[in-house]
Amino acid sequence: MKYDTEVCRILERRQLTPDTFRLRVSAPKLAPMAKPGQFAQVLVPGMALRRPISICKIEPEALCFVVQVRGEGTRRLSLLQPQDQVDLLAPLGNGFPLAGDSGRHAVFVGGGIGVPPLLGAAAAFSGRCSAVLGFRSASAVILTDEFAHAGCQVQVATDDGSFGVHGLVTDILKTISFDVCYACGPLPMLRAVAALCRERKTPCWISMEQRMACGIGACLGCAVELCRADGSHYYGHVCKDGPVFSADQVVL
Amino acid sequence: MADMQVKIAGVPFANPLIGASGTVGFGREYAEFYPLSRLGGISCKGITLQERPGNPPPRIAETPAGMLNSVGLQNPGVEHFVAEDLPWLKQQGTVVIANIAGSTPEDYCAMAERLNSTAVDMVELNISCPNVKQGGVQFGVTCQGVESITAKVRKHCTKPLMVKLSPNVADIAENAAAAEAAGADAVSLINTLTGMRIDIHTRRPILKNNTGGLSGPAVFPVAVRMVWQAAQRVKIPVVGLGGISSWQDAVEMMLAGASAFQVGTAFFTDPYAPVKILKGLEKYLNTNHIKSAAKLTGGVRPW
Ligand SMILES: Cc1cc2nc3c(=O)[nH]c(=O)nc-3n(C[C@H](O)[C@H](O)[C@H](O)COP(=O)(O)OP(=O)(O)OC[C@H]3O[C@@H](n4cnc5c(N)ncnc54)[C@H](O)[C@@H]3O)c2cc1C
Ligand SMILES: Cc1cc2nc3c(=O)[nH]c(=O)nc-3n(C[C@H](O)[C@H](O)[C@H](O)COP(=O)(O)O)c2cc1C
Ligand code: FES
Repeated sequence: MKYDTEVCRILERRQLTPDTFRLRVSAPKLAPMAKPGQFAQVLVPGMALRRPISICKIEPEALCFVVQVRGEGTRRLSLLQPQDQVDLLAPLGNGFPLAGDSGRHAVFVGGGIGVPPLLGAAAAFSGRCSAVLGFRSASAVILTDEFAHAGCQVQVATDDGSFGVHGLVTDILKTISFDVCYACGPLPMLRAVAALCRERKTPCWISMEQRMACGIGACLGCAVELCRADGSHYYGHVCKDGPVFSADQVVL
Repeated sequence: MADMQVKIAGVPFANPLIGASGTVGFGREYAEFYPLSRLGGISCKGITLQERPGNPPPRIAETPAGMLNSVGLQNPGVEHFVAEDLPWLKQQGTVVIANIAGSTPEDYCAMAERLNSTAVDMVELNISCPNVKQGGVQFGVTCQGVESITAKVRKHCTKPLMVKLSPNVADIAENAAAAEAAGADAVSLINTLTGMRIDIHTRRPILKNNTGGLSGPAVFPVAVRMVWQAAQRVKIPVVGLGGISSWQDAVEMMLAGASAFQVGTAFFTDPYAPVKILKGLEKYLNTNHIKSAAKLTGGVRPW
């Protein structure tokens, strides 16, 4: 079995910023199946569609998620308390391709709520990694200690300069050298990161978002425009072919 | 123990639950959860003569108790289906229904011809996809359209033929009657209702296609009403679908006149929904000493 559902108990809930929460859930069945970069479809009681949320950290019998309140679904998830239950469908998607890269110097580039899915991959690089994380302002900064703990050199950029470097993640990225890049965040950021990696001829993996229904490849709802080797375009699917794609494979 | 078997257009189904087209793909993703033999049948993703890329994203929007989709019949084409998907599906021990769509009557006829010599158990004529300009919906909205396309395909189709009706019409019973008159062996209803959502901040429709098809619990009462109206009008079996998410919904749909029912959007909320629906249905039959699922069909007692 590649994925399954499990009714998970909330073990811990921590508020990270005014609108962001970290949930640690007991998932003895799903956690052993999970890889960094995969996601879960989280059931919000009373709503027809589940919400895709990345797996931020994998423990032997538990999973961690970081959820930002964007609308009604994530608002309801943010209200979950320890001992409450939540129905997960996981682990979904391909995850980050880490094999073969672990001896090299990796950089993790995250923007906002794009930061959490990168954390799980950082552990695979045992100290040979950097994290360049971008946020709107100091009040939105999350997970910097966790990336440092995973062995990354951490640098932060904020839009308003209230924390770290005043500017964009790509301003920092330009100043460092790396062998492979993993990125997740808003589209303009992914475009800029992909362009920089292309210039340097460095492999770049990006994690994409799309609205989803099934989460497993059956409904064809989560289309993303991809390029074939011959340059022609077609629609692939974020839930099954992704969420992680090689930057040259996606039409950004 | 109640007998769960039903027969539609001469085809025996182990139970009356069919996975609805476009929601179960070609079965592979849900076979991860349980053997597909648990389902009475599967109606495959709508297929066309040639491969179709589908519509640009976003293709999904949520709505109160439902969803909109504008997938636009993305599919690998009939040859790929016959070569790659059908052989695998036929080994899963469930009834395989090919849902076919086209832009012209000739497309539909060619599809039916192509499937005659395959192991497909049944053909479902999709003349009701609201998401492509030429997805056959122009044949599905008028009685004349339904009658003429059904009659044409009937001439070319040696498989049991089920016509899937659009709810975006004035009188669905008339359309069901038109399909019957033209030689359909069964009708299925409803396909999605055309809907729209707008992001109030960007003032853009959420779907790139602007409009999409509404499905899920929100459409259930509409579907029950339409199945009830159609079932009173025709003698051929009516397969009911639209918003079924619990065993209670399934019982209600059969009481309204359905000989079998399809489950769609409920797969997304809970991949195990079909298994739960069947368990609940069987328990209901046993508790109420109803000998077979088929005995529920049309059992409503209208005022
Ligand atoms: C693979 C993947 C991983 C993600 N990981 C995380 C994560 O770790 N933490 C986090 O906070 N968010 C994550 N998101 C985004 C998150 O899924 C959306 O913010 C959330 O679905 C919004 O739901 P809502 O009900 O609060 O908002 P609403 O806007 O009310 O949602 C309405 C509908 O739109 C869909 N939707 C809206 N925005 C998005 C979006 N950006 N992506 C996908 N679907 C959307 C919802 O799922 C829902 O079906 C991820 C998205 C994807 C695709
Ligand atoms: C994502 C999606 C794709 C669909 N694709 C098809 C299709 O290819 N052919 C078809 O006849 N109906 C298609 N439908 C319609 C369903 O088969 C069904 O008629 C409709 O969703 C109502 O049932 P439900 O509320 O149980 O989902 C699709 C529905 C959804 C949600
Ligand atoms: S969400 Fe259904 S195919 Fe990706």
